[in-house]
Amino acid sequence: MKQRHLQLDHDKRLRHFLTIEGLKRDLLVEILDTAESFTGVSHQQVKKVPLLRGKTVVNLFFEASTRTRTTFELAAKRLSADVLNINVPASATNKGETLLDTLRNLEAMHCDMFIVRHQNSGAAHFIAEHCAPHISVLNAGDGRHAHPTQAMIDMFTIRRHKQEFHNLSVAIVGDIMHSRVARSQIHALSTLGVPDIRVIGPRTLIPANADTLGVHVYHDLSQGLQGVDVIIMLRLQRERMSSALLPSEHEYFRLYGLTKEKLALAKNNVIVMHPGPINRGVEMDSSVADGEHSVILQQVSHGISIRMAVMSMTMGPRGVRHPKHTQQSELKT
Amino acid sequence: MSQGVHIRHGLVVDPANDIHEQRDVFIANGKIISVSQQAPDHFNADTVIDAKGCIVCPGLVDISARLREPGQESKATIDSETQAAVAGGITSICCPPDTHPVIDTPAVANLIHDKANALGRASVYTLGALTHGLDGASLSEMGSLKAVGCVGVSNAYAPLKNNLILRHAMEYAASHDLVVHLHAEDADLRNNGCVHEGQISTRLGLAGNPAAAETVAVGQILALIEQIGVKAHFCRLSTARAVQMIARAQYSGLQVSADVSAHQLHLTDMDIGYFNSHCHVSPPLRSLRDREGLRAGLSKGTINIICSDHQPHEADAKLAPFAITEPGMSGLETLLPLSLRLVNEGIIELMPLIAALTSQPAQLLGINAGTLTAGAPADVCIYDPEHEWQLDSTTLRSRGHNTPMMYWQFLGRVTHTLCRGQIAFQLDSAP
Repeated sequence: MKQRHLQLDHDKRLRHFLTIEGLKRDLLVEILDTAESFTGVSHQQVKKVPLLRGKTVVNLFFEASTRTRTTFELAAKRLSADVLNINVPASATNKGETLLDTLRNLEAMHCDMFIVRHQNSGAAHFIAEHCAPHISVLNAGDGRHAHPTQAMIDMFTIRRHKQEFHNLSVAIVGDIMHSRVARSQIHALSTLGVPDIRVIGPRTLIPANADTLGVHVYHDLSQGLQGVDVIIMLRLQRERMSSALLPSEHEYFRLYGLTKEKLALAKNNVIVMHPGPINRGVEMDSSVADGEHSVILQQVSHGISIRMAVMSMTMGPRGVRHPKHTQQSELKT
Repeated sequence: MSQGVHIRHGLVVDPANDIHEQRDVFIANGKIISVSQQAPDHFNADTVIDAKGCIVCPGLVDISARLREPGQESKATIDSETQAAVAGGITSICCPPDTHPVIDTPAVANLIHDKANALGRASVYTLGALTHGLDGASLSEMGSLKAVGCVGVSNAYAPLKNNLILRHAMEYAASHDLVVHLHAEDADLRNNGCVHEGQISTRLGLAGNPAAAETVAVGQILALIEQIGVKAHFCRLSTARAVQMIARAQYSGLQVSADVSAHQLHLTDMDIGYFNSHCHVSPPLRSLRDREGLRAGLSKGTINIICSDHQPHEADAKLAPFAITEPGMSGLETLLPLSLRLVNEGIIELMPLIAALTSQPAQLLGINAGTLTAGAPADVCIYDPEHEWQLDSTTLRSRGHNTPMMYWQFLGRVTHTLCRGQIAFQLDSAP
């Protein structure tokens, strides 16, 4: 089946980055290692490496985003690529131009990579299946399906603090149902060997048969946080209240908001993460968001390294696949 | 006698007359003259079809195929789809009312009937709209629709505003002796779901359509039918639980029947893979357990009709992210081969299977078709059960190439189709 290997080329190297699902542990570790080698670039006088010089990267965003788009843009620029930002509001595609038409038009401009965010699950797969063969597609979030670079940022952050994955308990708290980030995190955590992945939330926000993803489901925050090493809080969208999934923000915070008291149930060296932006007083108390266990801002800065890693692995010269021999020597000079 | 056709040496399967043996079929003037060992007196054959090694059965009656005309001729036309139908052995098609404009006036029904008659291939019947413009609120002029030949009424996929409207619509239809064809789906519970709610919807992050969207609606409809005592037909069942509910209702004496689309008997939500939009259908492909329940319902007779649920689309309709593609698959030409697979897999015997494709749907629609009885219109399907073939763009005749079964291998292929005594289809390689 051609679809099964859509993300990989003949040499099993990354061609597109659409979802974590189906990727091998070694490849995820390679992404983390490559990102590690890029962290130095941001601290150089000249914050650039020439790996993607002459390449054109298109940020193709069908859904509003500031942070994700900005870090992708920065990552591309640090790799010396040319960047084109195209925001396609939903209304433009409603005017009759299909997604495929938009794609064909951009292809005609001889771009090398599409970084795609779209409100529909499967959009990045669709684009990868239908675009010209020389183009790489990076999924920057499709519907409720996947947000693989965000998940890898979180894995990177976890690895920096915990070194290993095989002995961790990780809790993901909140709106799992509608979260592409949670789905990608779950795949990444289980591929990297985390033995205990928990999802915590009311039944209205936990998808059907969630256990088949390989997670333990909790509806009680205090129970779910017992002894965990990592807590990932998810953002709660306001519209969950209007669609009768939750009664109020107040009740949500009381039951699922992360406070210092709840945090005390986890391990002493627990880290608290959030893909942002935070609703303070809804998902977590400010004292936790800004507290000693919070690594939220580190996640943001790791965003650039991870995105540089994925871009260079999918699009860079083949030698770049082994960053230890290339970028690192470059960084030392 | 004129225009005599003699189909010889075939194995005749005619469930309506309980025939399952080698006989010859004699046709004249567009009608069946006899099914026997010997030619009737004075019979002159203008055409002789040698059906040695083939099955000769009544032409298939498909109770749900969208021909897209009027209104969506960019997808398909009555002309293109009746060609596909006869290539699939189908000689009678019933077209749901959700055309553009909707079949809620005699004029639209007449337009479809007239076009099909002029083409002279498969007979095309229509279901009238249950409510005006399928608005789910105001009753259509069912009496007039029946007068111009509509063989039932339906609201297609459009929901009814509430159960009171449903009650009134069913009662009014019953006063005109029209069978109501109902898509049992609770629109609120469906909640824009585009795949079965379960492991796959969770994994792919696609909005789930829970099994309860169907079972809740079936439960409500059954309660109403019990109260008001009307006949009803459930269209395109997709859940195992709904089959059980209907079996129980039939056992307790309610006059309810049900059909299933051929693809639901073979595919499950696992076939969606990574967002294969050809598997975007409504009702959605469900779990393996549901598929087994549908198969069991068919073999026990709870479900007595298999249909194609043919929904041809232009290529663009499926070229988008899954949820925003148009649901439905092209099915006329896979109806018979998919059904025959069930015999090969031991789910059902050939005789009841052919009944589910011919006499049973004809009986539901109240049309003179689906049988080889002397005097009936000579609609005949001849297929070679040993012919192996592949579905691909060269074999597919429908304008809709939207099928997840492209490149599937099938056993059993139509060699000839006769519509009212005329050969409407003959396979190139047929003798």
